[in-house]
Amino acid sequence: MATAATTQQRAAEVNVSVRKQRSLWRDAMYRLVRNRAALVGLIVIAFAALVAIFAPLIAPYDPLEQHGKDGLMEPIWTQFFGSKFTDPAYFLGSDELGRDILSRLMYSSRVSLIIGLVPVSIVLVIGLTVGMLAGYVGGVVDDFLMRVTDVVYAFPDLLFVIIIVATLRGTALGEAYDGLLIIFVGIAVVNWVGVARLVRGQVLSVKNREFVEAARAIGAGPGRIMRKHIFPNILAPIIVTVAFAIPGAMLTESVLSFLGIGIRPPTPTWGVMINDGFLVFSTTPWPVLLPSLCISIVLLAFTFVGDGLRDALDPRSKM
Amino acid sequence: MAQQLLEVKNLHTQFFTRDGVVRAVDGVSFEVAAGETLGIVGESGCGKSVTALSLMRLIPVPPGKIVKGSIMFDGADVLKMDDDEVRGIRGNNIAMIFQDPMTSLNPVLTISRQISEALELHLKMDKSEARKRTIELLDLVGIPSAKKRVDDYPHQFSGGMRQRVMIAMALSCNPKLILADEPTTALDVTIQAQILDLLKNLAREFRTAFILITHDLGVVAGMTQRIHVMYGGKIVEKADTAELFANPKMPYTWGLLRSIPRLDEHRKAKLVPIEGLPPDLIAPPPGCRFEPRCQYRRDICREKEPELVHIPNSKPDHEARCWGTQQGGWLVDTDWHKEVGDTRVLEEIKQEVAQLPPEPKPGDLPPPPAI
Repeated sequence: MATAATTQQRAAEVNVSVRKQRSLWRDAMYRLVRNRAALVGLIVIAFAALVAIFAPLIAPYDPLEQHGKDGLMEPIWTQFFGSKFTDPAYFLGSDELGRDILSRLMYSSRVSLIIGLVPVSIVLVIGLTVGMLAGYVGGVVDDFLMRVTDVVYAFPDLLFVIIIVATLRGTALGEAYDGLLIIFVGIAVVNWVGVARLVRGQVLSVKNREFVEAARAIGAGPGRIMRKHIFPNILAPIIVTVAFAIPGAMLTESVLSFLGIGIRPPTPTWGVMINDGFLVFSTTPWPVLLPSLCISIVLLAFTFVGDGLRDALDPRSKM
Repeated sequence: MAQQLLEVKNLHTQFFTRDGVVRAVDGVSFEVAAGETLGIVGESGCGKSVTALSLMRLIPVPPGKIVKGSIMFDGADVLKMDDDEVRGIRGNNIAMIFQDPMTSLNPVLTISRQISEALELHLKMDKSEARKRTIELLDLVGIPSAKKRVDDYPHQFSGGMRQRVMIAMALSCNPKLILADEPTTALDVTIQAQILDLLKNLAREFRTAFILITHDLGVVAGMTQRIHVMYGGKIVEKADTAELFANPKMPYTWGLLRSIPRLDEHRKAKLVPIEGLPPDLIAPPPGCRFEPRCQYRRDICREKEPELVHIPNSKPDHEARCWGTQQGGWLVDTDWHKEVGDTRVLEEIKQEVAQLPPEPKPGDLPPPPAI
């Protein structure tokens, strides 16, 4: 006769062997790729990343190389609509200085990608630190950090970036890396407040849960509790925020470059290209249209992925 | 007296709120010897959990504060330790089992990571050692296929299983004292029995001292050597378990005993709750804290608070905080059996029963209604 213990054991074994082991994150990943829009977004982002990384290898021309007599070529498909200014050598045409637009677009994606990654990382580090400290420690620390946050939050985002970038433009910081560094700083300074507020709110809601008390009861210190117990619990909303912050940062760069205070020409970025293209917009729209299209597609891709992540990481959407 | 593992003296824990100072624990003293099991019983909100949290200095500060008293654990005063020393004790020498296993486990960490944490923290084990020990612990607390389940997440465990995990966590560093704060309240009855059984066996096996906190006298009856009854932030009766059930000396304890549902009683017998609510701990009654709800009260109860003293007609270590049952009190000779039976209520029940139609014998049950 099977005793109660062995029966229980057996039942549990059957259960365990049938069920597939899936971590919460793998679950979320599964939900993410099942979302069509998010999947398309991921593919587009992957494609853009590959182009950015391998731009020097796959670009047909040097993006700065001017082909004087081949200026303002139109994309080759326009010949079917009667354009006489096409040349198979310039697939997407050329700008007013005869620079190959395709090559410039490819190199531009590098800047956009860096802008998407670096300032957002800085934003995350500052936002997480401030938010965690304010939320977990509370009291005077919370008051102080949150008042600072409120002050920064009170400025209109873009205006603040423009002020920072414009005033520091002449300094060494402003000159560094064709103005890339100052844009990093500008975006980071403006955007960390949103993350800090989000993190603080999340920490507040998690820190009074019983498992935090349980962690304290086994002797974990504040640092350990913040890192190991609270952080993983608030990761989901942070990931979603990051997914939306990346296109935001890219857009900010484009806007600044378009306004002429971002990346210095001739370094190609989509914003710079639109700015350049505007001069000849009445002649041909392509130098403006093509980089605009790139910006739109990449931003849309990130937004799709962000939406997908929000759905996938929402604990209420169980599948 | 032999060296005690834990000696709590005159512990006062208060919460400073906008409405005033809540005296959640108001002068509690007790001891626990190594390997002993002590039960602390009382209604919700009478300071049991706060007492337990105070022992580990887990009271949230602010608003809480331990304002007075001493907690000698293993010869050192927990209240005089700095934060690092306290953390060294938590989980290592004193462990805690929480009430609700559904919320006490971190939902995003695997079971193995949660149990390993204390091992890595206190015993300085490396990852693989800790993992091995975790599997042993899970086996010990009766989780089937422990090896396969260590990497599961809490949501993949049932309530009873999670409480077993909590117990494994508490046991992980071989603590000298385990505080179990209503360990079975959130579980259903069959699982309660299993968990209590497990705790009992583990206590015996590891010679760990337990403090079992509960509102259920039925739970402590089979588990503990001694029981302290708490009411309104104070201990109102102390006795060993057999003595407390055989010879309780405090009307509050009578009330608790009266309100235990029993399966062996006549099924028409009513459960008799204690009327009213526990006292407001911001402004407790000036005299005996139980006085407003006590059916035996006299004027002295309202005017002066009784001390916790030895009670005549009882074992030497039996103490209670009651004017009535003290030397010379009016309840000294009261037969508590009758009191717990509460004649007044018994009369009512008798009348009710008399009005009921006679109980049908199994033989002459009415035929099942036609459908």
